[in-house]
Amino acid sequence: MSNTQMKSGLELRDLSIRLGDRLLVDVDLVIAPGEIVTLMGPSGSGKSSLLGHICGTLPPVFDVRGVVRLNDTVLDGLAPQDRHVGILFQDDLLFPHLSVGGNLAFALPSSIRGKTERRARVAAALESAGLAGFSDRDPATLSGGQRARVALMRVLLSEPGVLLLDEPFSKLDRGLRDQIRSFVFDLARQNGLPTLMVTHDPEDGQAANGRVIALD
Amino acid sequence: MRSFVSGFAVAASIAAASTPMSAVADPAPDVGNWQSVLEQARGQTVYWHAWGGEPRINDYIAWAGGQVLERYGVEVVQVKLTDTADAVTKVLSEKTAGVDDGGAVDLIWINGENFAAMKRNDLLFGPWVEETPNFDYVDVAGKPTVINDFTVPTNGLEAPWGMAQVSFYYDTAKLDSVPKSAQALLEWLAKHPGRFTYPQPPNYMGSTFLKQVLTEVVDDPKVLQQPADEVDAQKVLAPLWGYLEDLQPLLWRNGQAYPQNGAAMRTLLADNEVDIAFSFSSGEVSSAIEAFELPDTVRSYVFDSGTLGNTNFVAIPYNASAKAGAVVLADFLMSPEAQLRKQDPQYWGADTVLAMDKLPADMQNAFANLDLGIASLSPAERGTVLPEPHPSWMSLVETEWQKRYGVVQ
Amino acid sequence: MLRFVPIITLFFMVGPVSAGLIGTILPSFGTLPALGGDGASLEPWRTLLAQPGLDHSIRLSLINGLAATLISVVIVMLFCAAWQGTRVFRMLQRLLSPILSVPHATAAFGLAFLIAPSGWIARLVAQVAGWDRPPDLAIIHDPLGLAMIVGLVIKEIPFLFLMTLAALPQADTDRTAQVTASLGYGRITGWFKVTLPRIYPQIRLPVLAVLAYSTSVVDVAIILAPTTPAPLAVRILGWLSDPDLSYRFMASSGAVLQLGIVLVAMGVWIGGEKIVGALGRNWAVDGRRLPHDGWLRHGAAILAIVAAGAVILGLVVLLVWSIAGFWAFPDVLPRNFSLRLWAREFDALGDSLAVTLMIGVPSVLVAIALVLGCLENEVRTGFRPRKRVMWLIYLPLLVPQISFMFGLQVFFTLVGLDRTLFSVVLAHLVFVLPYVFLSLSDPFRALDPRYGQSALCLGASPNRVFWQVRLPLLTRAVLTAMAVGLAVTVGQYLPTLLIGAGRFATVTTEAVALATGGDRRMIGIYGLLQMMLPFAGFALALLIPAILFARRRGMGGNNRI
Repeated sequence: MSNTQMKSGLELRDLSIRLGDRLLVDVDLVIAPGEIVTLMGPSGSGKSSLLGHICGTLPPVFDVRGVVRLNDTVLDGLAPQDRHVGILFQDDLLFPHLSVGGNLAFALPSSIRGKTERRARVAAALESAGLAGFSDRDPATLSGGQRARVALMRVLLSEPGVLLLDEPFSKLDRGLRDQIRSFVFDLARQNGLPTLMVTHDPEDGQAANGRVIALD
Repeated sequence: MRSFVSGFAVAASIAAASTPMSAVADPAPDVGNWQSVLEQARGQTVYWHAWGGEPRINDYIAWAGGQVLERYGVEVVQVKLTDTADAVTKVLSEKTAGVDDGGAVDLIWINGENFAAMKRNDLLFGPWVEETPNFDYVDVAGKPTVINDFTVPTNGLEAPWGMAQVSFYYDTAKLDSVPKSAQALLEWLAKHPGRFTYPQPPNYMGSTFLKQVLTEVVDDPKVLQQPADEVDAQKVLAPLWGYLEDLQPLLWRNGQAYPQNGAAMRTLLADNEVDIAFSFSSGEVSSAIEAFELPDTVRSYVFDSGTLGNTNFVAIPYNASAKAGAVVLADFLMSPEAQLRKQDPQYWGADTVLAMDKLPADMQNAFANLDLGIASLSPAERGTVLPEPHPSWMSLVETEWQKRYGVVQ
Repeated sequence: MLRFVPIITLFFMVGPVSAGLIGTILPSFGTLPALGGDGASLEPWRTLLAQPGLDHSIRLSLINGLAATLISVVIVMLFCAAWQGTRVFRMLQRLLSPILSVPHATAAFGLAFLIAPSGWIARLVAQVAGWDRPPDLAIIHDPLGLAMIVGLVIKEIPFLFLMTLAALPQADTDRTAQVTASLGYGRITGWFKVTLPRIYPQIRLPVLAVLAYSTSVVDVAIILAPTTPAPLAVRILGWLSDPDLSYRFMASSGAVLQLGIVLVAMGVWIGGEKIVGALGRNWAVDGRRLPHDGWLRHGAAILAIVAAGAVILGLVVLLVWSIAGFWAFPDVLPRNFSLRLWAREFDALGDSLAVTLMIGVPSVLVAIALVLGCLENEVRTGFRPRKRVMWLIYLPLLVPQISFMFGLQVFFTLVGLDRTLFSVVLAHLVFVLPYVFLSLSDPFRALDPRYGQSALCLGASPNRVFWQVRLPLLTRAVLTAMAVGLAVTVGQYLPTLLIGAGRFATVTTEAVALATGGDRRMIGIYGLLQMMLPFAGFALALLIPAILFARRRGMGGNNRI
């Protein structure tokens, strides 16, 4: 969906986040296109704040220093919607008022014009996720695995330059988890997305098969 | 149900008409030149502030509004009040704010204390009444109260609209004989304790009862025609307090609680909580029977030595926005046709202010042939009409009553 | 633009209250030029203090207001403690929500028709006891004002209950109850020791609003309170309606005094909170568990159900009266029925409904737009209003209406805006805004912020996120808040009459005008008619999302939104 040439990936330069006197995160990190980096740490260690900062949705009460760069563009100061940062949470957060297809079309850039074209893109995405024909379904009627896959396809359709994963598999059944993990990781790599995952599950790190950084 | 569409049309017209009009002064109409009044009135909207507690009266007002719209192009909107003083307050707050033109109130249904207060504070437009065409029919000679509102000369500042006289009523199925004087009432109540009460002053029905008693027990009723501060008021009122001293413990709830108005007192009679009640119009009793509020065995009567009577009026505030329209409406309200319908208990049942002998023959017949209703009193049955005391007596009695009985220990 | 919305919103609430208070305080010190009051003087206060029975009136207002509030709070807390999380609780929740749409005056009339000596209950007793006259007992307008307390309690219970309901989820109450039970505490004791201290701060302002209302109420007091003498607010209204215009000065002093009484009542309440809090801290850790509290639990349920039942039964009596022919005293039902009055009123109904909506719809739309603006601004900036600002939002509910409405009328007249639709809507907005804010802020803030974050990261602009994600997700909450707002505007009497110069004949002004005619049939008809719009509003708030999202199970009532 986005090609990989001339991309330097995600850079977090001397990035620190504080809340009051407490230092939550302090990292210096580059993630190359197609690379998956795992941040491990207990809950409350500020992992989610880091992702929030990259997205641009961290409330201003936090004190942040350092620079975030994506493919040589400085993200700091950009509005969240202009950053092309895709994020998946542990909940799929499919919009309950829209159909499955509606959720996907919501993410599709408006530069893709024409009803037919947009519908075709949505249908293709669903098909590649093994969910052909699900467009008109109510998301609430889908199984957990199906919903997780729709959520990922939704992020990918928005043509992100980076993928952030916030404990994305922790709510899935054990049997399903491996399957969804490889689905997400494979697609991230295929799309050449620098991927940053935060988790407290060591298995996630192992499955990602990349660098694992522990936070305290 | 009338359609919502028409409802919204009304709403929209109110919205349009209710923009502030302070900038547009309404010149005082020249009532002597009736044609010019009619011309000036055409197209005006008259906001008539009138008590709205009685659906039949509201209907009558709507009818009158329809008539003047059809005949003179004057639109009438009734502002339904819970208390006439609200309109007085409105005019007052406009004067406070310096709105001397384009006020909100064009016509007020008024009498007694409210009129006296507005007159005293220069809140009224006029004089204009005596030059209106239909005033010629008014019974000035036979009904002196049409130009003396609670003894206060109207000076052409308010137009007479209806006559009222206190009458008592009771259920003939429950009582055989009734007391016909204040003294007899006291004696009867001693035998039937708790079976009578009056609305709590300063409600005007309640105050009226006190004035009725006062008029009967006072040494010389003539003194009540003067302002209270011109005589030894304490001495004049002493017999009233003596009477109440005996009466209060015999009242419903031992005088610890009171109905709040005439309507609440009517309800007490309907529920068999009291045996005798009173009103300012026997026609009202007939219509209450008609409306299922009272049993059809209820009848009216008056005291042997007479009961208080007065006139109610319509007046125009000094800063009204549609004075000519208000004058035209007031004149129509005094017309034989409007007065006839008003006296008909089918529509309202209130007594006319007109003199029968001044009317054309067909109108005289029409009045004579009215069916007044089962509990209404004919003019012959009404006996003597006693004049209202000067308004200052009412304030004095109310204040003193409040001190003596308004706080139950 | 958006960041100015909170300021504008506050201005709409605080501005009119302040302007109105000034217009009341000046005449209370003798300044009212139209009546020749030009200088400062203490004369109005001297006249006021010389009024017979003033101390009595003050005592009635103060003590009855406090009593009604205390009883309502205790019943609601006991009931929540005893039944939270059970079927009885959900049943009452369904029962109480619609009662919220019953105007105070309607509920009070219903109660009066029920318990008065000639009311329904006495009629039933009369069948057995063989009475042919109502007992000569002061059950309503009783000297102690007990009927008024009851009338207030039955209407405040639903309000406080729903406010508590909104606070409960934030205290993780179900699991807390399991913990206290496993430690051997009875339901009620466990709840009072652990949950109450956590939720009380959230319902404190609504409780104070109830206190302010109960201490200064006019309509309920006219229907149920004693009259020899009446509570202060009723007497103020009487002075304002006195033909003797010089009473206006004293009435203004009375209105200022009324504000003082409300402040004293709040002081007493807050002092009481402190004492109860201090005692409670010891009590919470003294280990007493009251494990067998069945009697208290059932008592609480009975009280709550009786309160709800009184309102509902009252509505039934109103309905019966509205179609009654002549209805003599000991008869349990009228001898004959008639729809004549209904038919007549229906003819005129279109007009007053249209006027009611003409005021109500813009008020509600402006209010919901401003409140959404405030809340959306919170989301975007990440700043929530501080506690002190919440007090400002409550201001119109804490200052007695009678203390600023008359002053506000003078103010609007001064600026030439009286009797315009604009000023009436503005006056309604003062009361609509706080209620809309209160009812929408919790669900809005409870919406999972990650929906918004996800949408932003998918490349949607903040505006698109608001219109296409947050607003649709909150459909039900927004519509409910609008229904609450509509109920509030429909119920306004004084503001409509005074600011509109009587030119806006709404269902409520018509109802109150006709109620002075005293015919119980008309009171019944208009009592029920007044409920119609609010009830329709709440019904639509349920129906519209149900239809809109019929095929979206995730939008049902029980999900996290």
